[in-house]
Amino acid sequence: MKRVALALVVLLAFLTQSLAQDQTPDRSATGGAQTLEDIMKRQRGEAVDYDFRRNATGDPDSAAAISSQLGTLGGVSDPELWRALRYGSADITVSSGGEEATVLMQDGGMRWLAWRKGPLATYGAWLLGATILLLALFYLLRGRIRIDGEKTGRTITRFKAIERFGHWLLAGSFVLLALTGLLTLFGRLAIIPLIGKDAFAPLALASKWIHNNVAWAFMLGLVMVFVMWVAHNIPNKTDLKWIAVGGGLLKKGVHPPAKKFNFGQKMIFWGVIVLGVSVSASGLSLLFPFEMPMFAATFEKLNALGIPQLIGLGTLPTALAPHEEMQYAQLWHAIVAFVMMAMILAHIYIGSIGMEGAYDAMGSGEVELQWAREHHGLWVKEVEEAERQAGTDAKNALPAE
Amino acid sequence: MKAMLLAFAAIIVISVGANQALTHMGFSSADQTTSPSVRLGE
Repeated sequence: MKRVALALVVLLAFLTQSLAQDQTPDRSATGGAQTLEDIMKRQRGEAVDYDFRRNATGDPDSAAAISSQLGTLGGVSDPELWRALRYGSADITVSSGGEEATVLMQDGGMRWLAWRKGPLATYGAWLLGATILLLALFYLLRGRIRIDGEKTGRTITRFKAIERFGHWLLAGSFVLLALTGLLTLFGRLAIIPLIGKDAFAPLALASKWIHNNVAWAFMLGLVMVFVMWVAHNIPNKTDLKWIAVGGGLLKKGVHPPAKKFNFGQKMIFWGVIVLGVSVSASGLSLLFPFEMPMFAATFEKLNALGIPQLIGLGTLPTALAPHEEMQYAQLWHAIVAFVMMAMILAHIYIGSIGMEGAYDAMGSGEVELQWAREHHGLWVKEVEEAERQAGTDAKNALPAE
Repeated sequence: MKAMLLAFAAIIVISVGANQALTHMGFSSADQTTSPSVRLGE
């Protein structure tokens, strides 16, 4: 028994020693500088804890006296100064450019570049491609959703001119922003090989001008649409019936009751509002570089809620260089934009070739009464009731003869 | 259709207006990334 215990103690001692070695590698051979093992680890793509370099930036407090040897260095040697520059802790004064100009080296930029060229572009393209394919498949299987009943030849006003104006302000600017955004992200990959760099340069410049300035029209449209339609988009129990039959999208002749907006439209509305606000916020951050950083504060709140830890992302960084703020803003801007584009592709489909009579709602604003009865039955009743009420009131207002 | 064309025209007006306003307010990239001692466009 004693032997077993002894063996365990020895084993434990070895284990602790090896663990301790893992935590702080022996760098005495290089005088504390990085070792061959550090370099090999980095080349193998493994994580290296660089604190031993990051923190080795000298100490002015323990400087040799000015009269002694090397005293004039002030406790910080040249390599230590370079390390401080490398890890962004050097005390730098600049004549212009603000805080961001004091960051001389920022390796987060490489991670951002790799992410932008890699997962962002790849998954973004897949998302849009898959959406278009699914819509094409839906069209092939279901065909155009026709007006089932007999057309009445009469119309009902679905959207007033101001509503259509707001919609098209948002929609027109969104399409421009989406196209110019895609050109910015995929230009180097897809357009330059086709037309060459000389032809792409003015295109990219014009695209940037459009993207930066049309953004304001998008934000105005977003506010207009929110104010005009929010009251009609509060979810209610009618939506449950719509969900139960899949909105009648999958089967001919199925028409769940709906008010002015059905549940599908409500999803589009809230998707556009929430994602639109998010894409606008990150867009403003990009429009005014370094002026409105928002990711460090957001990450801090998310960390406190425990969401990143829960989904395995660990604790998110909260000390971000000004450039890193911009890099996160760009990635988030693009991710949100891709989701919106996928959603809007489906919206464009169902509002044009996907459904007979749907486009009129935003075209002339007047829709076929039968279409309205099939897709927004409760809303038609509300409108007719209001008209009847108005008619009765008008009749009552006439002087009796 | 008229509302749509009007909205598209508004997009152009807002964009050109925003660009002019921001440039005159000193929000161009050139203005933002230089110190006052730099004479731009001279």
